[in-house]
Amino acid sequence: MVPLSWYLVLSAILFCLGVSAFLLKRNIITIFMAIELMLNGVNLSFVAFANHWHQLSGQVFVFFVMVVAAAEAAVGLAIIIAVFRTRETLNVDRVNLLKL
Amino acid sequence: MNDTNLNLWIIPVLPLVGAAINGLFGRRFKNGMVSAVALLFTAASFAYAVWAAIQGTHLGLPHNEALPFPWIVAGNFNAPFGFYLDQLSTVMVLVVTGVGFLIHVYSVGYMAHEGGFYRFFSYLNLFMFFMLTLVLANNYLLMFVGWEGVGLASYLLIGFFFLKDSAADAGKKAFIVNRIGDFGFLLGMFLLIGKFNSLNFDAVFNGLKGVSPEVGWGVLTATALLLMVGATGKSAQVPLYVWLPDAMEGPTPVSALIHAATMVTAGIYMIARSSPIFSRAPHALEIVAFIGCLTAIFAATMGMAQTDIKRVLAYSTVSQLGYMFMACGVAAYSAGIFHLMTHAFFKALLFLGAGSVIHALGGEQDMRRMGGLRTRIPVTFWVMTVATFTIAGFPPLSGFFSKDEILWRAYLNNPVLWLVGVITALLTSFYMFRLWFMTFFGDLRLGEVDIGEDAHKAHAPVQSQHSAAAHGHGDDHGHGGVHESPWIMLAPLVILAILSIVGGWVGIPEALGGSSHFEHFLAPALVTPETLGAVQQAAEGSTELVFAGISVAAALTGFLFAWLLYYKRPELPDRITARIHGIYTMVAHKYYVDEGYSLLLIKPLLALSKYVFWRGVDQQIIDGTVNGAASASRGIGNGLRQMQSGNIRSYAAWVAAGGVAVIAYMIWWGVGR
Repeated sequence: MVPLSWYLVLSAILFCLGVSAFLLKRNIITIFMAIELMLNGVNLSFVAFANHWHQLSGQVFVFFVMVVAAAEAAVGLAIIIAVFRTRETLNVDRVNLLKL
Repeated sequence: MNDTNLNLWIIPVLPLVGAAINGLFGRRFKNGMVSAVALLFTAASFAYAVWAAIQGTHLGLPHNEALPFPWIVAGNFNAPFGFYLDQLSTVMVLVVTGVGFLIHVYSVGYMAHEGGFYRFFSYLNLFMFFMLTLVLANNYLLMFVGWEGVGLASYLLIGFFFLKDSAADAGKKAFIVNRIGDFGFLLGMFLLIGKFNSLNFDAVFNGLKGVSPEVGWGVLTATALLLMVGATGKSAQVPLYVWLPDAMEGPTPVSALIHAATMVTAGIYMIARSSPIFSRAPHALEIVAFIGCLTAIFAATMGMAQTDIKRVLAYSTVSQLGYMFMACGVAAYSAGIFHLMTHAFFKALLFLGAGSVIHALGGEQDMRRMGGLRTRIPVTFWVMTVATFTIAGFPPLSGFFSKDEILWRAYLNNPVLWLVGVITALLTSFYMFRLWFMTFFGDLRLGEVDIGEDAHKAHAPVQSQHSAAAHGHGDDHGHGGVHESPWIMLAPLVILAILSIVGGWVGIPEALGGSSHFEHFLAPALVTPETLGAVQQAAEGSTELVFAGISVAAALTGFLFAWLLYYKRPELPDRITARIHGIYTMVAHKYYVDEGYSLLLIKPLLALSKYVFWRGVDQQIIDGTVNGAASASRGIGNGLRQMQSGNIRSYAAWVAAGGVAVIAYMIWWGVGR
């Protein structure tokens, strides 16, 4: 049986990859994917704990997260398209109208 | 307390109405309208005062009445808007309204060509209101209101030519020096509240009934001394006299009304009013007498070396006030008040006459440039002659009787006081006749004597704010020519001259064939040590006669000296002053008292205020705290502003950093502990 810690380490690695990609990438779609990666890293730790403690609430929670992520993807992609239409770029550093 | 209501409040309120009308609407009035309003209300006040005085003789004095509503009520302390008419306040009210009215009339002529005509009369009426409040109040607190009010009016009128720095400074000086005295007055009132729980004259004086004079230094002595400090401020006694000579920057009628006839006598009035307290505090009385005596001779010597006609009179006023103080100090309050009254007549006359001279010469105030005016302005000359002989103390003019009364009572108390008084009388006679000879005899030296920088300051070239009337006076009398004043100015002079002659006859002492009527009249209002059981010194009529002779001799000696030096041999004074140059310079510079005060008090105070309180406490600590708080929050805001860069990825970095921080905390310190 695979120990719990392995799952958690993998989850942390996925999450950190997501964070680093989020911080370092400039393309807005890549950033979006980084968010999905973070969400799924968290999802992995949820199911790992659910399996470890033999409780279903973790599994259920993952479903919720996936639903929210799907909804967020829909809204987020729509926003990205809107941004691209007005700014003609996907580089977040150029989306800086609020900058001082 | 009796049932008849004299509505005494009307007396002070009438001039207040005049002040309000002129102050609020006077700007749009013509000069004639302004003077009509001012004169009408002052005259009405005088008429009402006369009526009240006549009614008062039918009533049992003191007559005490209060307005039907309270003024200050705190616990069982109560100060009403109350008025008090007794023999003392009757005299004061009549002098204030009477002389005040005459000076108002004079001012109409004197101020005719000055700017701010309505302002002047508004202030003058305001002064009358406060002065009448002062003398009519039935409690110390209301008296203090009047006391402060006359100080305010004095300040406003000294600084009337406010474009002139010296006038504005003199106003401030008068106000600040008076403040020192007022502080003493306030403390004295606190002591009275502590002892009697009331400031009403009735309560205080009734509370004192049956109290025997203090032997040592007690509460009554302390109270009396504090009240005396107040009086030294208002009545220009040593050491607080310095403001009065500078107050001559005001227009001449103001000098006559406020700084000679009425306001400066408020201190004397206050001491006489407080005679039940002072008579029970023998040590305080001694100090009062000493201060009065010192002031009298000190100011008289300074008066001898002055060249500005108004300053001579100013020092003379200080000196005469010293006499009154001395009279109060030897518990001869009635003599003090008697001298107050005659002094009001002849000193107002002197000032107004001096004003007439200044008017005639188009604003010239330096006596060295005067001379030979005897024939050119004869009416002024004659009234000034009367006044000069009166103040010098020649019988049968009023000054003789009042001054002699004081000297006689001083002798009974302490011969040293008398001796100083007689020397002062001699000096008074000398400097007054010096003024008289320099002004009216010899040749007119207008514009001849080059006196240089020193005199330039003194003679106050610009009397007017309006450059169009640079000489101030005589626009329609022809410029430059020496001219007699108009009758509206001369009429008050003549009336005052008559009063100066006959004013003393109400108080001719028994020894000189009179009846001491004035003293008997005032006696019920005053408490002297004799009424408290002290042994009255035996006063022999013949001795008093001898003393009267001595004072007349002193006056005559002064006259002869002045005649010799300033008429017969006018070159002598220069030689004499050259001989005693050191002393002369010292006297001419007023013993360097102003310089001394400046060095000892004013400069250190200014330095303390500037370097410690202003630069130190205010700028460093208070401003530092406030500004520091402001700049600290700005700095912090400036730092925090960097976080809100508008760059999405930097926000994300902050979130990540926050997350890392939270996790780090959890790892190191654990969760849920």
